[in-house]
Amino acid sequence: MSESKTVKFKLNGREVEAPEGRLLIDAAKDAGVEIPHYCYHPALGNPGNCRLCVVEVQGAPKPLVSCRTFVKEGMVVASDSPAAMRAQQSSLELHLVNHPLDCPVCDQSGECGLQDYYMEIGRYESQVREDKLHKGKRIEAGPHVMLDQERCILCTRCTRFVDEVTKTHELGIFGRGHGQYIDLVPGKTLDNPYSGNVVDICPVGALTEKDFRYKVRVWYLDETDSVCPGCSRGCSTSVHTNTERPWHNDGRRVARIKPRHNPEVNGWWICDDGRFGYDSLDHDRLGRVMRLKDQRRELSWTEAFEEIASALASRSAGKGAGGLVVIASGMLSNEDWAAFKVLFVDTLGVKHFVFGPEPDQLGEEDELLRKREKVPNLKGGQAQGFGTEIPSASWDSLAKDIEAGKVWGLYVVERDLTKVWGQRTADLLSKLGLVIFQGPNKTATGDLAHYRLPATAYVEEEGHFTNFGGTVQAYKKALEPLGSAKPDWAIFHGLAEHLAGDRREEAVA
Amino acid sequence: MSTKILTQHFNEPKLHELATYRKLGGYKGLEKALKMKPAEIAAEVAKSNLRGLGGAGFPVGGKWSTMPPADKAPERYVVANYDESEPGCFKDRVLGERAPHQIIEGLLIAAHAVSAEWAFIFIRGEYGIPFKILEKAIAEADEAGLTGKVRVRLMRGAGAYICGLDTALLETMEGKKAWPRQPPPFPTVVGLMGQPTVVNNVETLAMLPHIIVNGGDWFAKLGVLPNPEKKLPGSGGTAVYSVSGDVEKPGVYEFAMGAPLRAIIDAAGGVRGGRKVKAVIPGGASTPPLSASELDTPMDFDSLRSVGSFLGAGGVIVLDETRDMSEVAHNIERFLAHESCGQCTPCREGSEWTTRILGRMLEGKGTSGDLPNLQRIGENITGKVICALGDTVGMVTRGFMKKFPDDFKSKVPA
Repeated sequence: MSESKTVKFKLNGREVEAPEGRLLIDAAKDAGVEIPHYCYHPALGNPGNCRLCVVEVQGAPKPLVSCRTFVKEGMVVASDSPAAMRAQQSSLELHLVNHPLDCPVCDQSGECGLQDYYMEIGRYESQVREDKLHKGKRIEAGPHVMLDQERCILCTRCTRFVDEVTKTHELGIFGRGHGQYIDLVPGKTLDNPYSGNVVDICPVGALTEKDFRYKVRVWYLDETDSVCPGCSRGCSTSVHTNTERPWHNDGRRVARIKPRHNPEVNGWWICDDGRFGYDSLDHDRLGRVMRLKDQRRELSWTEAFEEIASALASRSAGKGAGGLVVIASGMLSNEDWAAFKVLFVDTLGVKHFVFGPEPDQLGEEDELLRKREKVPNLKGGQAQGFGTEIPSASWDSLAKDIEAGKVWGLYVVERDLTKVWGQRTADLLSKLGLVIFQGPNKTATGDLAHYRLPATAYVEEEGHFTNFGGTVQAYKKALEPLGSAKPDWAIFHGLAEHLAGDRREEAVA
Repeated sequence: MSTKILTQHFNEPKLHELATYRKLGGYKGLEKALKMKPAEIAAEVAKSNLRGLGGAGFPVGGKWSTMPPADKAPERYVVANYDESEPGCFKDRVLGERAPHQIIEGLLIAAHAVSAEWAFIFIRGEYGIPFKILEKAIAEADEAGLTGKVRVRLMRGAGAYICGLDTALLETMEGKKAWPRQPPPFPTVVGLMGQPTVVNNVETLAMLPHIIVNGGDWFAKLGVLPNPEKKLPGSGGTAVYSVSGDVEKPGVYEFAMGAPLRAIIDAAGGVRGGRKVKAVIPGGASTPPLSASELDTPMDFDSLRSVGSFLGAGGVIVLDETRDMSEVAHNIERFLAHESCGQCTPCREGSEWTTRILGRMLEGKGTSGDLPNLQRIGENITGKVICALGDTVGMVTRGFMKKFPDDFKSKVPA
């Protein structure tokens, strides 16, 4: 269908329009009517096995599943008629016959399809007098995912995910009838790079995240739109934070990261690196502005800006801006890059930059989502000229220049040089009169610097990343900064202001 | 008097051998069919009013006509459904054991009629003897050059009732879990390996040689003619019944379509021990029962529908006055729960729940809510599932409760 025609049909007494050939369940959603469903998922097809999305279609001999019915001109559909509601309710009741009532200890509680639909369309008195069937409860499916076969409603979303999306086939359906269960295919573990997605698509508590189990109730979580900084794909995410109950979640503020549907960037999924790689947001953080050498002590930002600005200004004046090398990375936001350029190019006239992802910021790539560059915003740097007019210097030539005494200062942003130079790092840095480190986390490089400036993590600021394809996405502030941490752009801006002030003073004098 | 087509030579020794079968006129139908155009064969079959004898009763000519033309879809298949698993049905077994060439001849005619070069026989895994007999018969036919350009292959099931359902059968043939597909598209459009495929029951196929030799009109007139006034399609020819249960001579009996149920029971020697009939399951365990007052019901697709049951695959199970219908219902539901493929929720959960409620009632632990609950659960399954097995799950207990309420009321507190 290249040219799709629009058809008119009636939904719950209302005249609705939809493109011809659209699934009824989708067309209803477009019109603001959510028809209950489990097995159907826009990215995983419509096997029609849960039988929950039944609707009444005028002229049809029996209720139809809306996930396998296409809209037609003049169709009269009711998803809220007594017959449709009864059919939906009966399907829900049958789903619950053998479902364990362990909601109080189930991590899905609060975002469970069974709970939600029971409150929406159920609310009947249970007629089940029989004991529940028992199946496996605590099965370690893989490094990130736990499987509870009793809670499973056999919607097959997870098996379809590993069959159709990752094509890794770790999960299968075994047995027959009511004895049927989802399990690992013999000899396999659910360890593909996208395994966490099965937890999101599971409409019940059968698949849960190991990281999140028993940590915090979902209704205590706040959700903030964000963008994953894990690679140049920049998947749309939602950061779930726990600040209402700080004693939950082992004291960590970030409880979990979930994908946010974005057809242009990541579709429905994110990779496990992005999903579970949030440890650094609450661990090993820098919170204090520190002078580490020549009388180690904590500084106020004003003190730090003054000291660093004057050190940069005097050395630049004396030894030339060519002796200052700035190391940065695609971790910076578009706003950071702009301030970065103002400080280092426009104000200080720095000539040598290292910002390419090689070799420490490269990793695995695949056809689904993961990109080779493990930083989110190289494109944003390019827009400011870094990587286009301004080339990235090589690590080897930088090391040689340091050895040769051509470099007097290094300004390192969010990057650990020991990952590049290894044990040589301390020796190389010791030859420099001024090393400034700025970043959100503790690193070996930070410990070797003269000044260590705490930057906010991306969840503590707002900004924009431009992904490899040029898509600009905003990420929002989910948490307050830790300690005195400031966004990178604010640090660059503060230094630039102090440097400009120094110059004004010079001009006045 | 019973009218015999398929079983007419069953008293002939060595009918399963090619020489005997040919001596009795075997493969004349194929010979004639090969001289006809595919469309002519299809027209003759459509005229015969042959309906699918595996249970669904779908008109065979109608089914074939839904196939896309051969020039548009040259890769196409014919599959003989020999996965006879319905409790109470064993006629296909006997047909294959006694006259395997009749099935092969029918299959070859069907292949010619739909221009298929591959023909498969999918046989129930437990049918070891018919398997061996058919295997030999196919080799004989091959050797005698009868299969021509059609390649006939025999495939053995792995023992699941659901494989008798055409789309589950195709899934298992493709090496997958036998979960029924949800038409549309129907197998004649998207079937085996995604290609147009005709799936017909072996008894249905075995009728084809006789239709070709004697003509569609002859066959149609043997059975029940269409009734345009009542919009009833009728059903041509005969049906082979598997008669079991409380009868003196259980076995396979062939009757013209429309013969009264009573005649079939009489042919099987009547009720065992001179007792009275209490109920008859007319078409195999999954069809709702008839009561003793319905023994004059004509046995054909339309008549049984009008009394709330189905001809199914002709598995007549006679139950005498000593039987408790709640036990029978429990037995059948237990079977269906065991065989439910588990794909869709109402059947998977409903069959098991129904079975457990009935089991508890039979243990003397029935509650006052059980009967309305059974009724409600049944209503919530039938018509809301993917395949016919699920529909059945919701029908069986309700069928017995409707006709024999006392047997159920006695299991719950008054």
